[in-house]
Amino acid sequence: MRPAPIHPHCMLEPSIDAGQGREAIGLGHVAAPGLDARHGTVLTLEDITVSFDGFKAIDALDLYIGVGELRCIIGPNGAGKTTLMDVITGKTRPTRGKAWFGDTLDLTRMSEVQIAQAGIGRKFQKPTVFEALTVFDNLELAHKTDKSVWACLGARLSDEQRGRIDEVLGTIGLQAARGRAAGSLSHGQKQFLEIGMLLMQDPQLLLLDEPVAGMTDAETEFTAELFKRLAGKHSLMVVEHDMGFVGSIADHVTVLHQGRVLAEGSLQQVQADERVIEVYLGR
Amino acid sequence: MNQPLLVTATQKAGPRLSLVIGAIVLLTLIALPLLSLLPDGHSLQVSAYILTLVGKILCYAIVALALDLVWGYAGLLSLGHGLFFALGGYAMGMYLMREAAGDGLPAFMSFLSWQELPWYWAGTQHFAWALCLVVLAPGSLALVFGYFAFRSRIKGVYFSIMTQALTFAGMLLFFRNETGFGGNNGFTNFRSVLGFDITAPGTRAVLFLLTVALLAGSLYLGWRLAQSKFGRVLTALRDAENRLMFCGYDPRGFKLFIWVLSAVLCGLAGALYVPQVGIINPGEMSPTNSIEAAVWVALGGRGTLIGPLLGAGLVNGFKSWFTVAFPEVWLFFLGALFIVVTLYLPKGLVGLLKKRDEP
Amino acid sequence: MPKALHRLLLCLCLWLPFAAQASDAQDFASASANDRARLLQEWAAQPDPARLGLLGSLQQGRLGPDQPRTLRLNNRLRGLLDNALASQRLLSDDAQVRLQAAQHLQRRAQPTQLGLLERHHAAETDQAVHAALGLALANLQLVAAEPSVRLAAVRLLGESGDPLARTRLQALLEPAVESDEGVRTAARTSLDQVERKLLIGELLGQAFSGLSLGSVLLLAALGLAITFGLLGVINMAHGEMLMLGAYSTYGVQILVQRYAPGALEFYPLLALPVAFAVSAGVGMLLERTVIRHLYGRPLETLLATWGISLILIQAVRLIFGAQNVEVANPGWLSGGVQVLPNLVLPWSRIVIIGFALCVALLTWLLLNRTRLGLNVRAVTQNRNMAACCGVPTGRVDMLAFGLGCGIAGLGGVALSQIGNVGPDLGQSYIIDSFLVVVLGGVGQLAGSLWAAFGLGVANKLLEPQIGAVLGKILILALIILFIQKRPQGLFALKGRVID
Repeated sequence: MRPAPIHPHCMLEPSIDAGQGREAIGLGHVAAPGLDARHGTVLTLEDITVSFDGFKAIDALDLYIGVGELRCIIGPNGAGKTTLMDVITGKTRPTRGKAWFGDTLDLTRMSEVQIAQAGIGRKFQKPTVFEALTVFDNLELAHKTDKSVWACLGARLSDEQRGRIDEVLGTIGLQAARGRAAGSLSHGQKQFLEIGMLLMQDPQLLLLDEPVAGMTDAETEFTAELFKRLAGKHSLMVVEHDMGFVGSIADHVTVLHQGRVLAEGSLQQVQADERVIEVYLGR
Repeated sequence: MNQPLLVTATQKAGPRLSLVIGAIVLLTLIALPLLSLLPDGHSLQVSAYILTLVGKILCYAIVALALDLVWGYAGLLSLGHGLFFALGGYAMGMYLMREAAGDGLPAFMSFLSWQELPWYWAGTQHFAWALCLVVLAPGSLALVFGYFAFRSRIKGVYFSIMTQALTFAGMLLFFRNETGFGGNNGFTNFRSVLGFDITAPGTRAVLFLLTVALLAGSLYLGWRLAQSKFGRVLTALRDAENRLMFCGYDPRGFKLFIWVLSAVLCGLAGALYVPQVGIINPGEMSPTNSIEAAVWVALGGRGTLIGPLLGAGLVNGFKSWFTVAFPEVWLFFLGALFIVVTLYLPKGLVGLLKKRDEP
Repeated sequence: MPKALHRLLLCLCLWLPFAAQASDAQDFASASANDRARLLQEWAAQPDPARLGLLGSLQQGRLGPDQPRTLRLNNRLRGLLDNALASQRLLSDDAQVRLQAAQHLQRRAQPTQLGLLERHHAAETDQAVHAALGLALANLQLVAAEPSVRLAAVRLLGESGDPLARTRLQALLEPAVESDEGVRTAARTSLDQVERKLLIGELLGQAFSGLSLGSVLLLAALGLAITFGLLGVINMAHGEMLMLGAYSTYGVQILVQRYAPGALEFYPLLALPVAFAVSAGVGMLLERTVIRHLYGRPLETLLATWGISLILIQAVRLIFGAQNVEVANPGWLSGGVQVLPNLVLPWSRIVIIGFALCVALLTWLLLNRTRLGLNVRAVTQNRNMAACCGVPTGRVDMLAFGLGCGIAGLGGVALSQIGNVGPDLGQSYIIDSFLVVVLGGVGQLAGSLWAAFGLGVANKLLEPQIGAVLGKILILALIILFIQKRPQGLFALKGRVID
């Protein structure tokens, strides 16, 4: 069966209006090969609301993250940062609102696994690695490949894959620890291992929840360099409290407060914002 | 340090010695049935009692291995593996009942003046179909239960409780006379299997060898699985299921696969247990039996392949001695074993050996 | 002499009112068994208020109020005697007494009493008694010669909800018994009516025994909700805490029997604190010695506590024997309330339902209104933070665990009043009570409450329809399906997912 020919004109420019464009491509179309992000946004959140027994953790939030952007999300405790990540990764379903990955993937209708396979990687606040496995195995499992049961039963590592794992091991500075059990690593090393696993996944969008917590200054600096290198090829969304770190990486900052976007712009802009000062410093 | 000889030896020689010990054990297991074929009164003859006892323990060892695959590797503690074991046993038992009864109905059915066989026992006079049932009955039950349980992300103690309730329900069902499973007494008084007299030393020896073969096969299968990426995914699943999901693996499929595989292994073990021991009754499904299997695994060391076999052998060996010598004390001993193993031996006996192994 | 005569006269005068009775008593005493029956039937047909005392005495086996117990009556005579007594009571001024008498006669009236019943039915002014007498009359009229009388009687019986009416009407369906076609049809209709009413009674009865099963489950599950829900400890020996509670009741009963037989009526009340103390004590001991080391490892706790349960069962078996022990209901817990003709609610079960609700309320108060409860909830939510705030977490763990076990002990006292007490008692409740916790949602007392009663009632309602075994399996399947929809149980709090 051949698909009906599409007029070349439509293919180049589906529609001016974003909403209609999605309609034309197909709502909730899952797992397209390669991400369709022709409109330049990798993540589109509109009117997202999450309420827990009446309490609104996120309240009518709009957020757009562009392709290749490195976005920092800051905000006081309880601003809804982690809940936001839960919504994007499918762990929590929004009570209301739209969440699009690229132009075609409706995140609210996909399972966590589908979302991960579609190309969103997540790093938890507390580093979670597979403690009983070696560092190498951890990276191997994260590698972007066929992850079905049958594939795993007969999987063998190709030289190319081995090379990729070695490369990432080098990037995160854990070559020496490749054969050690991940559980025996230090806190900072676990953080790097988890970042390494994200790299192996090769996602379009990386969500990083407090990636430099528990790292030394040198490690933090190194991480900042790493993230800046990643941006451009990947899109990153970083939740962080460490303002120094935010200042060293972000070109664009979003401030969340009580589930809403309080301010957006460069770090200097938001730091000068009256409301942000009020929220952070109190009256 | 006053260590047992075996421990010090393993410590020094490492894996090569383990291999040698394994080979010796295997050879002994193969020699046992052959020695049982010696004429009566021969000084080396192994009695039918010993052969049956060891055969029974080997069947339990397979159960322990199967349980270890789901508990030790995937972190799912099943308290209902006795159900799968018994289902395999019942499927085989029915074939033996039909063979003993000839063209008529099995004895317990004619005793209840039943006119015809219930539909689910149709075809059990054929050995091949009985073998299929041995695999299909536990397999399909595990598939359906597992599908729903894993779909709703039941795990940890919830999963354990549900499996315990499942085997409890199964026991109640099989206890009833009208359900066609022989009620209280279960299936017994078998005569022959495939035309061979079931009590003949030759038949016993062959059944024993088959059990050894199944055990060795399961061990090899478990080893291959543990070596594969699948095994690593299972371990990852046990330790950080969320992380695994965010890596893009769907845990349900992995859990379901190992769960069904484990149930089928149990069913096969049950099928070999019945002709050797000569009886299967609903007592095998009691929650007590299934949870006892968990202590075999815990004692030996979960997450290892040899540990469960060691645990099953030790506990059952002790049990058959204790229940004869001091019947009142056995439950105290077993209870204390549960406590001691969980408190002081989190990695089991194998863990103890390994720890000494490491400098 | 005149003095003696005086005395004799005086005596005679005093005795005069009793003369008739005295002669009846003599008649009865001298009669043969058959004559006695005839006599009783006569008295039943012709009641006389003066005979009331005599009949009462006869029931106790005496010929008069002051006579020794010499009379031996067979069952037939006893039945007739009861009947005669009921006849006498119809003459009473108290409507309540008459109603009871009429209800008795509904079941036992003899054909010779037909005239009597007709007279009273016509004369009765109290509505309830009138209706009851009508039914009693209808029972007798079923064999009347006139088909129209029989027809009316059949129709009247259709309005009763008495199991006896069912058997009587069923007999009439046979052409050999009832020759008239119209009466048979009417009997069919009436039978349907009666059966519908009986079904309601049966269903209510099952629902009620479900509630009482639910209340035992509730007592077991409350303790589990604390130990499992709040402390994250799965206690497989929890059923044995029920068992210890029941055996404590048994022990208290034995001691009271021996040392204070007068207080035997109230031994269950005495048993409550004892059972609580025993179970809570054993629980706290276990917590300190074993479970404390296993916090955060639920599967290991499960195995270790299973080991504990094996030891406890075997210990009780060695001390008290493997057989069930006898725990008697005191007087105020036996008997019951008759609600419908085929529905009696036993006092023991009513009391237990009330008791379980009280304990649930107290537990709620304890957890939500006291310092200990606050500490327990604090430790539940964040152990380290609580420890930093100066909450003695170790002590709180111990007390909470003891509380959970103690509540189970109370459940054991309740259980001893409605079921058998044996070493395996706990095992049969543990799976159900775990299902209650799973269904109700962990750490949710309200959830446990609804789940316990729901599960109890569902169990008992399904049992007679599809059998106890299939009922259990069906319920298990339903729970699994239910968890598909609500993985956190009935009453789970929504919240941010915590890793």
